[in-house]
Amino acid sequence: MKDDVILLNHGSGTGLTTKLVEEVFLSRFRRVQPGVRCDSAIIDCAAGHLAFTTDSFVVRPRFFPGGDIGKLAVCGTVNDLAVSGAVATVLSAAFVIEEGFSVAELGRIADSMAVAASQAGVSIVTGDTKVVEREKADGLFITTSGIGVIEDRYRHIGSAGFVREGDVVLVNGCVGDHGMAVLAMRNDLHMTSAISSDCAPLCGLVKSLLDECGTDVVFMRDATRGGVGTVLCELSQMCDREIFVDESRLPVRGAVRSMCEMFGFDPLFIANEGKMVVVVRPESEKRAFAAMTSHEYGRDTAVIGRVGKATSGGNVTMNTLIGGKRIVIVPQGDQIPRIC
Amino acid sequence: MVKIIEGFRSDSICLRLSELIAAQTPGPLTIMEVCGGHTAALYRYGIQSFLPPAIRMVSGPGCPVCVSDVRFVDHVIALARLEDVIIATYGDLMRVPGSSSSLEREKAAGADIRTVWSALDATALAKEFPRRRVVFAAIGFETTIPGTAIAVLEAKRLGLDNLFVLSSHKIMPPAMSALIDSGAQIDAYLCPGHVSVVTGSSIYEPIAARYHKPCVISGFEPVDILLSILMIVRQAAEGRSGVEIQYTRAVKPEGNSRAQALIAEVFTPRDDHWRGLGIISQSGMALCDGLRQFDAERELTIEIEEPQATEGCICALILRGGKQPRDCPLYGNMCTPSTPAGACMVSSEGACASAFRYGAL
Repeated sequence: MKDDVILLNHGSGTGLTTKLVEEVFLSRFRRVQPGVRCDSAIIDCAAGHLAFTTDSFVVRPRFFPGGDIGKLAVCGTVNDLAVSGAVATVLSAAFVIEEGFSVAELGRIADSMAVAASQAGVSIVTGDTKVVEREKADGLFITTSGIGVIEDRYRHIGSAGFVREGDVVLVNGCVGDHGMAVLAMRNDLHMTSAISSDCAPLCGLVKSLLDECGTDVVFMRDATRGGVGTVLCELSQMCDREIFVDESRLPVRGAVRSMCEMFGFDPLFIANEGKMVVVVRPESEKRAFAAMTSHEYGRDTAVIGRVGKATSGGNVTMNTLIGGKRIVIVPQGDQIPRIC
Repeated sequence: MVKIIEGFRSDSICLRLSELIAAQTPGPLTIMEVCGGHTAALYRYGIQSFLPPAIRMVSGPGCPVCVSDVRFVDHVIALARLEDVIIATYGDLMRVPGSSSSLEREKAAGADIRTVWSALDATALAKEFPRRRVVFAAIGFETTIPGTAIAVLEAKRLGLDNLFVLSSHKIMPPAMSALIDSGAQIDAYLCPGHVSVVTGSSIYEPIAARYHKPCVISGFEPVDILLSILMIVRQAAEGRSGVEIQYTRAVKPEGNSRAQALIAEVFTPRDDHWRGLGIISQSGMALCDGLRQFDAERELTIEIEEPQATEGCICALILRGGKQPRDCPLYGNMCTPSTPAGACMVSSEGACASAFRYGAL
């Protein structure tokens, strides 16, 4: 791809993004654990194990129902740590700001970050600010990095190494809210909708789940860009196993489903900012379900599938709404609305 | 809206229809689903698993992106490279490979290309940027032609002289006839639903009568499609070949007369290139004489590169129903939705993209 240029789709979080990261970055930066791509890196040090992660945030519009770029920037990084089995402790925040940006708006975004950090129990301890000339950035870009502490017994959670046949797959609520809330806000669509982003810190939910089920939780990953479908495909590849999913069990809000029908989108691949895929041992299914549904960010938790036999390269099979069968494959780039 | 749809996705009704189809199918039957929306639904719901082996579904030329000739894509790309031009188009066209580039690549290289949700958005752009020339790259069948017609009439009403339409609009019946004339083995047509909302059912009468092919206009939900297939099976079993409407909640026999009048006011039929099918007589739509000032072909003359076919690509055969996506040597390796070699891999309605996305079992 050396003669290529970056296309917008290289940022879609789907197959094209993976290819870019593998070919340009991982091939040059990778030093340890080849082939393992988790939400956080786990670093061994004298005091134990640390989890470390980073994420950049660009979203338009910056304010949307249920959140804003600041809340996203905190929750996104906190969630990457939480689903790795780590307890988030400190964050950094770097801002690239366009000349002419409103200080009042920046203040509102910082307020929102402070609230989210407090809710997640983390401190923002370091940061950076750069200003670029007008039209050299789309208003504001935020990058956050986070460090968390991880118990030795949870090290395997991000890499799915202990997942085995019969394990149960859950998701902590309705999928597609964030992607559709942001899409509905776009000026050129002239739409009004009641859909609110699901943007939320998942550390509390994860703690309840781990307290209840301990090492019976064998995998967690937050389903952001690329949606739950992409996570399921990544999971099947990481553990080289079949995953069976029931489309009828996948929780999707009516308004989100309607919007997906209009655009011809599959809710399985719509972005979320407060949803995660969880895999637990079958004997812990009921306890995990109870622990998750009793938490405010897991009320609509559903068991959506189970893990099957080993198969090279993995494979996700879906029972469709009408009882048909299809294979779930990660889309290459953002979904395109249908013409007619 | 969701409540209305639920009944059309009932697994028990689908099972019952599946049993009836299996019981009544008289023998091997090749049914072409003309519309790309049907192709996508067949894969998405795994409908093939409800059909007996005697019934073979083949995808037709009803994906507007897939049948747009490479010359059209090259033409849009050439216009996009002009300094003062804004290209407005539906999102699907962005990734379609031209001979040596795509709109997605041209955009990354600096061309001003905007995805619009409605043809009227192109008119609005022309109004907003009076010093730029706005070219609407118009694709689609009878479903989207009325929208382009409204955009042109609105530009005329506003007195805009900087909106241009590059039309790749096509109409369905000539292609359906041409396929059978070219020898494609098709026993019946599952006819497009939303085209028929505009045209009504009479456009298929000559096909049913002349070629003795059952035609059933279908909706897009699993129950719609299975019921339509059952209606086709019954016609075949009884030796009938007529036009029937399954999608009665949207399609009236006479169609939408207002939309038909708009098409007639703004467009006139002409011979047109179809990717994979060649030139089909009177199958394309050009702006009519009184509105030629909006015609990009006439007003913005430009040199376009010689079209180059992709080696090994069998889109042409797939569009004719002769081959399945998996028969193509490029499928899944040289040609994927992120690096499409052929048009069938681009649109969510393309036969290859549907097969890839929903991994046909």
